[in-house]
This record gives sequence, C-alpha cells and structure tokens, in this order.
Amino acid sequence: MPVPATHLLVFSLLLFSIGMLGVLTRRNAIIILMSIELMMNAANINFITFSRQLNNLTGQVFSVFTIAVAAGEVAVGLAVVLALFRNRDTIYVDQVHIMKG
Amino acid sequence: MIELLWLIPLLPLLGFAINGLLGPRWLSTRAIGGVACAAVLIAFLVSLGAVFGLGHLDATAEAGRPGMAVDLEAHRATLTLWPWLLLGKNAAGVDLRVDWAYALDPLSAIMLLVVTGVGSLIHIYAIGYMAHEPKPDFARFFAYLNLFMAMMLTLVLGATLPVVFVGWEGVGLCSYLLIGFYYDRMFDEETRMSCADAGRKAFITNRVGDLGFMLGMLLLLSATGTLDIQGILAKVGGLPVGVCTAAALLLFIGACGKSAQIPLFVWLPDAMAGPTPVSALIHAATMVTAGVYVICRMAPLYLHAPTAMLVVAIVGGATALFAASIGLCQNDIKKVLAYSTVSQLGTMMLGAGVGAFGAGVFHLMTHAFFKALLFLGAGSVIHALSGEQDIRKMGGLGRHIPWTYATFTVAWLAICGIFPFAGFFSKDDILWGAWQRSLLLWAMGAGGAFLTAFYMTRLYIMVFWGKERFGHEARHHLHESPRLMIVPLAVLAVLSFVGGWVGIPSSISPGVPNFLERFLAPVFEAHGAGVVLQPAEHSPGLEVGLMVVSMLIALFGIFLAWVFYDRRPEIPVRLAESASGLYRVLLHKFYVDELYGKVVLAPYYALCRASAWFDRYVVDGAVNAAGYLTLGTSYASVGFDSYVVDGLVNLAGYTVRGVSWIFRKLQTGIVQSYATAMVFGIFVLVSVYLLALRH
Repeated sequence: MPVPATHLLVFSLLLFSIGMLGVLTRRNAIIILMSIELMMNAANINFITFSRQLNNLTGQVFSVFTIAVAAGEVAVGLAVVLALFRNRDTIYVDQVHIMKG
Repeated sequence: MIELLWLIPLLPLLGFAINGLLGPRWLSTRAIGGVACAAVLIAFLVSLGAVFGLGHLDATAEAGRPGMAVDLEAHRATLTLWPWLLLGKNAAGVDLRVDWAYALDPLSAIMLLVVTGVGSLIHIYAIGYMAHEPKPDFARFFAYLNLFMAMMLTLVLGATLPVVFVGWEGVGLCSYLLIGFYYDRMFDEETRMSCADAGRKAFITNRVGDLGFMLGMLLLLSATGTLDIQGILAKVGGLPVGVCTAAALLLFIGACGKSAQIPLFVWLPDAMAGPTPVSALIHAATMVTAGVYVICRMAPLYLHAPTAMLVVAIVGGATALFAASIGLCQNDIKKVLAYSTVSQLGTMMLGAGVGAFGAGVFHLMTHAFFKALLFLGAGSVIHALSGEQDIRKMGGLGRHIPWTYATFTVAWLAICGIFPFAGFFSKDDILWGAWQRSLLLWAMGAGGAFLTAFYMTRLYIMVFWGKERFGHEARHHLHESPRLMIVPLAVLAVLSFVGGWVGIPSSISPGVPNFLERFLAPVFEAHGAGVVLQPAEHSPGLEVGLMVVSMLIALFGIFLAWVFYDRRPEIPVRLAESASGLYRVLLHKFYVDELYGKVVLAPYYALCRASAWFDRYVVDGAVNAAGYLTLGTSYASVGFDSYVVDGLVNLAGYTVRGVSWIFRKLQTGIVQSYATAMVFGIFVLVSVYLLALRH
C-alpha cells in the first residue's frame, strides 16, 4: 500500500518547520545554511508528492533543478561565510550587524 | 618798445617760477638773488622803454604787434593778448567777453615806473638784508617777492576790471605770504599774536574790502554790459547817479581794504610782522597804494558820483588825522612808520576825494620814494642793532651809521613836507585841492601834516640823536649796513629829494608848466570828465600863501617835537601824566583792535561756538541717532533670524530626525530578526487568506 500523500505532506511540513526554526533561532551561519537546505528539501518533497499524486513528471524534474540550484547556493553561501570569518573572526550572524540603523 | 608790454609782468613771474621751483635745492644764494633782481630790473628797463614809447605814441605802434590798439587822444596803448572769459550774451543781447589785456597810459606809466623802479631797489636791498636767512627761506622770500611784482604789475597794467582783480587778489595773497614769512615766530608778545596770525588778519580784513570790489565790478557789468575799464568809463555819463554812487562806494570799500582806510586799516600796523623790505615794498610803496590807483583809474565814475567823492574825501581826511594821532605815541619804529603810511594813504584818498586825482597820484609817487626810504632806513637801523625795534632803546645812532642817518634825514624832511623835498610839492598839491573844496577838508589834511611832522621828528630824534640807550651787547655788534643796502638807500634819497620836481606848480615857477599835471591830463579829462570837474579858479597868490602856511605848520610840528624830545624831555613825560587818559587811548591805538574784538570777533566767535555746538549735538546727534536706529533694527533682525527663521528650519530637521529615529530602530542589522518578521508576515497573510478571503 502506497504511503498516503497526507503523510508525506505532514512530513514535509515538519521538515520545513524544523528548517525554519533553525534559520530563525541559530546563530551559527553554517547551521543556518544547513537549515536552509532542510527547508529546500521539504519543498522538494512537496514537489515530488504532488508529482506522484497528479501523475505529472514536471514536479520531479523541478526538484532536480532545485537540488542543482541548492548545490550552487551552498557553494556561494559557504564562500560568503568564509569571507565573513576572514574579515570579522566570527561566523555568528548576530555579531555582524553593521547594517544596523 | 611799447609792444613788449606783455613782457613786464611775465618777467617777475618767470623769476618766481625759477626761484620757487629750483631755488631751495639747486641754486646758490647768489643765483637766487641774481635771478630775482634781474627779473625786476629787466622789467624796469622794459617799462622805461615802454613809457618812452608812450611819450612818442603814434599810429604806427598799432602795426608793431597784433592786438595792439592806440588811442592818441587819450594817450593810451592797449594790448589785447587773448580773449579770457567768454560769458555769452546778456539779457539785452550784448556779447559779454573779458579780454586778457594790458593798457599803458600816463597813469599806469607812473605806477609802472614806481613799482618796477622802487621794486628793483628794494630787491637789491633785500639781498643784503636777508643774507643771514637759511637758503630755503631766502629762495622762498625772493620767489614771493617776484610773484608780488608780477601781480602788482598785472594790477597796474590791467585794461579790464577782472584782470585788475586778478592782480588785486594776487598782491593780497603775496602780502599774506610775506607778512607770515616768519610764520613760526611770535610777533606781539602782549596779545599773543604770531606772525602767521598777522598774515591772516591782513588777508581776512582785505577779504571784506575785496567783496566790495567784486560787487562794484558786477554792478558795473550789469549796468554797462562790459568789464573793459575804458568801455565802462565811456558809459558812466549815461548812468543814473545812484548807480554811479553805489558802484563808486563799493569800489571804495575795496580800496579801503587794500589802502588801509578807516574802518579797514587795522591790518596794516600788524603787517609789520613781515621782513622790513616787505614792509617797504608792499606795505608802504606799492600794494597799499593800489586802492588809490583804482580810484584814480575810475576817476570819471567818481566824478559822476559827488556823494561818493565826498565820502572818499572825508574817510581819507579822517584816516589821515586818526592814524597820525596814533603814530604820536607808538614806540616800535616800524609801527610808527606803519601808522604814518596809513595817514599818508588817507591824504592820498583825500586828494582823490576832492577831485585832485593828479595830486593823489603825485603824492602816491613821492610817498613811494620817501616811505620806502624810511622803511629801508628803519631796516638798516634794526639790522645795525641786531633786531631791536623799540625806539626807546635806540638814540645817538647818527654817529655810528652815517649813511643810514643821512638818507633817513632826507626822507624825514620829505615826509614832513619841507621845501624843496619831494613830499612838499605833492602834499601841497593835495591841500590846495582840498582848500578849493572846503576849509574843513583842508584842515584835516593840514592837521595830519602837522602830526606827521611831529611824530616823524620824534622818531628821528629818538633814533639818531641824544643819549645812547642801547645795551653793551648791541653796541658791540653795531655796524653800518653793507653796500648792497646802502646803494638803494642813496638812490631813494636822491629820488626823495628831486622826485617832487616833476610836479612843481606853475604858481611858484611862472612860465614852466606843471609837467606831471600835463602828463596825466589825458587820463582824468577823458570821457568828458574834465567838463564835470569844475575848473579851479586859479589864484597863484592864494596857492603860494597856502604853501607857506602848510610849511609853517610842518616847521612848527618839527620845532615842537624838537623841544619835547631833545631840549626838554621831561615835558612829554609830564604831559603823559597830566593827560594820562588821552595818552593811554593813543598808546592803545584808540582801542580799535579791542573794539573790533568786541563788536566783530566776539559775536563771530560766539556764532562759531554756537555752530560747533549745533554741529556736535544736533547734526552729529541726528547722525548718531540714525546709526543707533540702524543698529537697533539690525539687532531685532538678527534675533528674528536666529530664533524664528532658524528655529523653523531646525524644527523641520528635528522632526525628521525624531521620526526617522523610530524607523531606524527597526533596522537592527540582524538578519534573523528580518527573517522572523517575514515569517510572521507570511503567517499573517496566509491566516488572513485562509480565515477571511477563502469563501
């Protein structure tokens, strides 16, 4: 018996929520990046769930694109974190608030 | 040589320019004196030539030079040099123009020779007299003296009244400059008057007279439409007597200033602050006679104004008597001579006033000789005594300075009017004229002559005779003047002796006509004036009798003075004690200076002070009030600007800042807080969508 879509959607919802909480609460930039990955993967699961449910391959193709883009995003994000560390000796985002008004 | 007329005033002017510009720095003392004397001597020679040419005047002289016009009947040559003032047409459509023109006629010829002749002698004398001055002062002195000669010759030769006026003002200026020559010295210790003050006094007193001259000139211009002297005189016959009288009186006010007549005589005694050659040249021989000259020049005008003539005669006679009486008690040798000059000028005015213009000019000439000689002699005495001027500290000088003594004697006899010295003929000519007019005028003249004989003898005795009253120091330096000063004295002594012989009246030399009278006749009989002037009834016996009387009067004056000051010196002392009031009045010159001080100067100073007060408090007050008002307004403006305008601007700024502060606080710089806000926003939007909009 196939896994019902509702379960998958709830799973996806939980995963997204965990990622979102990580992004909103953690100070470490790398962990934030990882949380963002979680959120993206939750979105991918959503795509794939509806792709299976609707018998349409577009969602699966779109998720492959998303994974590729996520890989690039991580590369850029890590480069930003590295540059930040070099300049400020920290990767805690709350210590970097030079755009404060 | 008459065509060289223009050269005569120009030569001294050149001398003035050379000495004035180059003298103080570039020329030697000898060169300065040489230039000055040469300028005047050459002018004298040219004058001689010109006067000689006048004697042989004919129509060919007109061809000698463009602008030359000859009037054979009036015996006059007029040289028009250039048009000077072009005034346009007057209301009557007459073209008003004034030419710079010189005229030579017998009257100006006599003045010309006297001015240049006596002027030359005094210039030469001055080289010796001023030899001890430092060179810049020496150059300044001769520059002024030459300028004076140029101006005096302009005055004498001027053919139009403005040209005469230029000379008139010019000599006044030179007089001022030369009176104040020792501008840093005190002249009168008693009244704290400096030499510069004396110069100012002369200048300002003359200004009063000059105003009269100017007004007279303008009145004649408006009445006759011309300023050419002959043009005016040709028209006076057609003028109302009132206009003639007014013009004549106005011109006489000018003459009063220049010739030191009552009431404007006060400056002349103080003019003695100048160096003695100046006193001789300007304040005795030439400038002060300018008033008499102008009146004689305008004789036809005066003959049409009998009232004005009477005023001239009375003022002249009164001045003669008044000044002579002051001269009785003066102790400064130059002051005595100054009052004597005032008195003699009064006599000349008396002559002009009674219509004896020729006699006035005659006396002017002889007076120039003997008064110049007296002043130069006084200068020689002062020089000998190293600057002493008080005759009470002289006496017995005759032995020490024989040349001065001898020449002074001639001048003394001449001024007393002793036959046959120069003064005798001219003075009696005037007295004869006065006698024909009225006994009173004659008595004034004769009284003046008596007093003159008295005070001149007093002066003479106190200076040259009797005990030596000067100190050892003065005695040690006592010396006769150098030859440069003696020669002019000698020449003037000769002139004082023989100078009167040109006017010997025919009453005492039958058959020989009066040369001077005939020479001057064309001037005074021009424009029909001779007809107006009543021909004198000629009685030679009476004239000779009057001469004897006046000579006896003079001799009595001399005798009285001799008794008083040589034989019985205690008499004048006792007289001064018994009539101490009169003596004091005479000694203080009738308190005229004090009177003028009270009547003219005190109100004037009060006016000055009032003006100063008005200026300081009212005018300055108004100005300051305006200033304070502006200042106050600016303070108010500043307050408004800095509190109201700036306040509004700042308020706008503060408002923006305050509002922006609220929004700024939102920008924490922490990305997570933004993300939180975003999530919260999405939550709200989704909630709204789900709850409110999805139906």
